Amino acid sequence: MGALQNLFVNLALFFRESMVNIGFSQLGIEATMDLVAGIGVLAVIAISALVLIYVERKVAGFIQVRLGPNRVGPKGTCQTVADALKLVGKEDIIPDRVDKVPFMIAPILFFAPAVLAFAIIPFGENMIPIDMNIGIFYFIAVCSLSTIPIIMAGWSSNNKYSLLGAMRSLAQSLSYEIPLVFSILGVVMITGSLQMSDIVAAQSDMWFIVTQPIAFLIYLIAGAAETNRPPFDLPEGESELVAGYMTEYSGMRWALFFLAEYAHLFIVSAMATTLFLGGWHGPILPSYIWFLLKTGFMIFILIWVRWTFPRIRIDQLLSLGWKFLLPLSLLNILITGVVLYII
Amino acid sequence: MYEFNGIVIFFILGLLMPIGALIGAYILAPTKSSPQKYLTYECGLDTRGETWVQFKICYFLYALVFLVFDVETIFLYPWAVTFQQLGTFAFVEMFIFIAILIIGFVYAWKEGALEWF
Amino acid sequence: MGLEAISFLVLAIITLSSALALVLSRNIVHSALFLILSFVGVAGLYLLMQANFLAAVQILVYGGAIAIILVFGVMLTQREDMSSTNLFNKQKGLALLVASVLLMVISRVIWLTKWGSITTIKTTVHNIATVMLQQYVLPFEIVAILLLVAMIGAIVLAKKVEKAS
Repeated sequence: MGALQNLFVNLALFFRESMVNIGFSQLGIEATMDLVAGIGVLAVIAISALVLIYVERKVAGFIQVRLGPNRVGPKGTCQTVADALKLVGKEDIIPDRVDKVPFMIAPILFFAPAVLAFAIIPFGENMIPIDMNIGIFYFIAVCSLSTIPIIMAGWSSNNKYSLLGAMRSLAQSLSYEIPLVFSILGVVMITGSLQMSDIVAAQSDMWFIVTQPIAFLIYLIAGAAETNRPPFDLPEGESELVAGYMTEYSGMRWALFFLAEYAHLFIVSAMATTLFLGGWHGPILPSYIWFLLKTGFMIFILIWVRWTFPRIRIDQLLSLGWKFLLPLSLLNILITGVVLYII
Repeated sequence: MYEFNGIVIFFILGLLMPIGALIGAYILAPTKSSPQKYLTYECGLDTRGETWVQFKICYFLYALVFLVFDVETIFLYPWAVTFQQLGTFAFVEMFIFIAILIIGFVYAWKEGALEWF
Repeated sequence: MGLEAISFLVLAIITLSSALALVLSRNIVHSALFLILSFVGVAGLYLLMQANFLAAVQILVYGGAIAIILVFGVMLTQREDMSSTNLFNKQKGLALLVASVLLMVISRVIWLTKWGSITTIKTTVHNIATVMLQQYVLPFEIVAILLLVAMIGAIVLAKKVEKAS
């Protein structure tokens, strides 16, 4: 077990030492390590998307009392690989009336913040790609960047559905960002640090879901809304807006939006694990296995919610964010502050 | 400097992966041109009227309230990190700060800035 | 030339050229996008100066909130053709005057500043909090009142527009 426990950490140490032996400068070593971590993150995004799409379809199948994908490979496990191969061969259509440059770069810019957000996720003990001192605040800032590519896509498509979808997406994301940020604040108040490693270390005795249950619920609802999934999928509600801001996209450009949405799902679940479920803490099994198990559990809950609740109306959605979650999160900050002060 | 390098490397990788995927698709995907394909999608009909229609003002009102709370966050986070060390004064100070903004929030609520209709 | 100097040059070119493009672009939505790019470039400069927190604030407030306000503001106005929505008007001369006065003020400040090299600071957030909550208490509370006044004022104005239309 000992070797498995620190498999990736030892691997990184080995890389580092061999680079020192070759005679790299300090800067070169750090940059190479970041590069390796970054490529690892890209692999995690690609593999998790392949697995998650399969799991999502399978869980949806079971919830609706049907089989789900079951033809390609054993139990249909190769279905998403086949789908991905099909997508590569799809024509990339750029309609005549679109504003070409913003239309073409919007999917790329939508994907980049997702990769940036992965930089501070603690995948295991000593396994944070970049352990920044403003960790969680960096995460919030990077998350707010993903609204701009959506408005670029919606506006440049020159399509009514796209523009409506993009505007709704903006209204939704600004209604849910404040409760999300305020719910994370409760955790920061207890920890007294923004660094991700400190936040995980503070949960070695007790998970923050015990001390911050309200914050956890707010985070879960706001996080589900951030991922634009049902019941909060108004920006792309397929029965009313075709596909929202993705209406005019096809082929690989559409696939990039899709991939980034699954990356967001992973990020929201991983952050819930890190902030409230004790991160990588757990007995016997290696830390990264615990992290993946907990993240998988959170993803399962989000999938479960998705296939259980109907889509809500836009005025209900905004009222829920502004008139319920925001006052509740302020109350949570107040209670946390007073309790911490008395102790 | 190392943090800066790391973020830049992640950003460049985040741009390179989609660009690589697009180049791959560009090489592999077919292109069969036909004029119908490049029309704006509108359920099979020709598109009518203006795309860039005027939107309701309530979007703008939500954005205004959002901006105020967004600015509030940047004051709250440094406070949350240090309030346990700074003592009673800082603690009371922040609650005055939040109270002033809650007055604004209640005003916005009463004035109907948070209503969709 | 060191890595830092190259990074600075790249970021400065991104920031300045997108600011220029913002002024020269004839399409107001393109202008808005260039403005956001310029904001992000400034955030990169903060990051290069190891002011992590400030960089995140720049992204959060300018790249997030201000950008959304701009977009909603653009969408409030009705227009038929997007290709000529950001044209030069008669106030060119006045704008030049205001801009050159601003340039002079900024140059003066740059001239008077004593430039030193930065030392690595472990946690910027702690220092910001201490300064904000102990040294500058009154300005800190005034910020809250300023935000309150700004919000109420904006809502009053927006409501008036809504009634008029």
